Amino acid sequence: MNVKQLKTTEQKRPEGCLDVTRVREDFPVLCQTVHGKPLVYLDNAATAQKPRAVIRRVAEYYETENSNIHRGVHWLSETATRAYEGTRTAVRQFLNAAEEREIVFVRGTTEAINLVARCYGGARLQAGDEVVISAMEHHSNIVPWQLICQEKGAVLRVIPVDDHGDIVMDEYHRLLGPRTRMVALPHVSNALGTVNPIKQMIADAHGAGVPVLVDGAQGVPHTRVDVQDLDCDFYAFSSHKLYGPTGVGVLYGKASLLEEMPPYQGGGDMILSVSFEETEYNVLPYKFEAGTPNIAGVIGLGAAVEYINALGIEAVASHEDRVVAYAAERLASVPGVRLVGTPGRRASLVSFVLGDVHAHDIGTILDQEGIAVRTGHHCAMPVMERFGVPATVRASFACYNVEAEVDALADGLEKAWRLFRGV
Amino acid sequence: MSDLRDLYQELILDHNRRPRNFGPLAEANRSAKGINPLCGDKVTVHLQVEDGQVKDIRFEGTGCAISIASASVMTESLKRQTREDAVSLFERFHRMVAPADGVESDPPDMGKLAAFAGVRDYPARVKCATLAWHALRAALDGKEKAVSTE
Ligand SMILES: Cc1ncc(COP(=O)(O)O)c(C=O)c1O
Repeated sequence: MNVKQLKTTEQKRPEGCLDVTRVREDFPVLCQTVHGKPLVYLDNAATAQKPRAVIRRVAEYYETENSNIHRGVHWLSETATRAYEGTRTAVRQFLNAAEEREIVFVRGTTEAINLVARCYGGARLQAGDEVVISAMEHHSNIVPWQLICQEKGAVLRVIPVDDHGDIVMDEYHRLLGPRTRMVALPHVSNALGTVNPIKQMIADAHGAGVPVLVDGAQGVPHTRVDVQDLDCDFYAFSSHKLYGPTGVGVLYGKASLLEEMPPYQGGGDMILSVSFEETEYNVLPYKFEAGTPNIAGVIGLGAAVEYINALGIEAVASHEDRVVAYAAERLASVPGVRLVGTPGRRASLVSFVLGDVHAHDIGTILDQEGIAVRTGHHCAMPVMERFGVPATVRASFACYNVEAEVDALADGLEKAWRLFRGV
Repeated sequence: MSDLRDLYQELILDHNRRPRNFGPLAEANRSAKGINPLCGDKVTVHLQVEDGQVKDIRFEGTGCAISIASASVMTESLKRQTREDAVSLFERFHRMVAPADGVESDPPDMGKLAAFAGVRDYPARVKCATLAWHALRAALDGKEKAVSTE
């Protein structure tokens, strides 16, 4: 879509507000047409588009700095190592972590959670112990816990969500008991858009002496995260949802906890010395970074963080909040639409159904209009079950989305409704 | 680009709204479930096979218009067909919705199934159109476990 044709509500842009027209120009993918229509990309919760700065930085690494890190004394390796570690510094600042060694690079949120479940849960959990998660988890914050609980004979307890898609706090408090060893929660639900009161929930868990992992896959891109202020024990997110490359993620963990955890994988870089009798593990964070990592991806993530910093995460958040609020209101007025999730605080996305038209059919019809949405269970089958729907349509927003795209979506939905109603 | 009406033909919309042969089958001697993990569609096909012939067939499940209509029309097309006819019809149906090497062909004698030819312009939807057929195949083969389109 040529943004100049879009009516943005940006005529008079107050200080600290996002210049969306400029922002859109930073994302090469957005200036395409799909099936002859301007691309309207509303599948950001699945993965965000990449700004030119990130794409260029990855190319630059391969063109001028490519080499393995932490291994060579040669110039290239030193340059690459510096760039790789530069991202760690940028991420530490971005999350306001106390120390760089608390930032572990992994493949994504999924791997970060698996690492904690396996290494922290594996060392701590005993038969009869309990792990508390919520009814709005992504599968990647369910299955790793299920696996370790099965192995240890521990029990997975689930905090219910109410009809709005908010966590039932009383139930949460009731579940925090003497056998609770871990709480794992999403910052923002990828299926409902709920922003959870995680700061309060973390304080509650700590009151019961229980550490908390926050699945921040949908949190970090949409809100300022300060891990020290939250006082979370672990925080996981994926680069690719934050405008960075795929195949990279971050696990933040309090140093004291990471220190006592056994390594996740064995191999190069995670050791200080190896003999056949004994291996001495490397210090944090390298203990958890076995093997050659996704160097280009990590460096690309650094560029993404720099990009967000330049826009200002607060400016991004307030822009998105406006668009998402408009979307919730506008879509609710489309005939046949029923929102799934009407949480007290919403971020990033709107999930809905259109009468009894299956989400998949809507996805195809919208695609013909150039509109990309996610349709299905969003890797959150228990949420679908809770709300009694097989699937939903999800429109999810990023810094470059505008109200006119919401209007295009609404028009597409009206078209789908007409087709299926036979009118 | 092809018109959406080529995909969502009236026959498909109708079978989606009022699926035929929908529900359990008391006399079934074979059943199999097909799952499309991508969208969560689930279709169970029940068969009563006697002397190598599909004596009766019904289906249950949830899914998009394409998968439900496809299951519905499939059940209509298979009654009193032999096992071999059923397998051969699946092969022709598959060729129609997912032409090998992009060579489009409209196999003869498809009857109402011809309404699904438009699916070939929507590669993402081929799995929807073939879900019930995969379950059918598994049921004919006597497979117990759910089959996946992946
Ligand atoms: C809330 C939530 N948690 C975890 C994940 C998994 O992220 P990834 O696939 O990048 O590991 C996602 C993304 O799909 C998500 O939305």
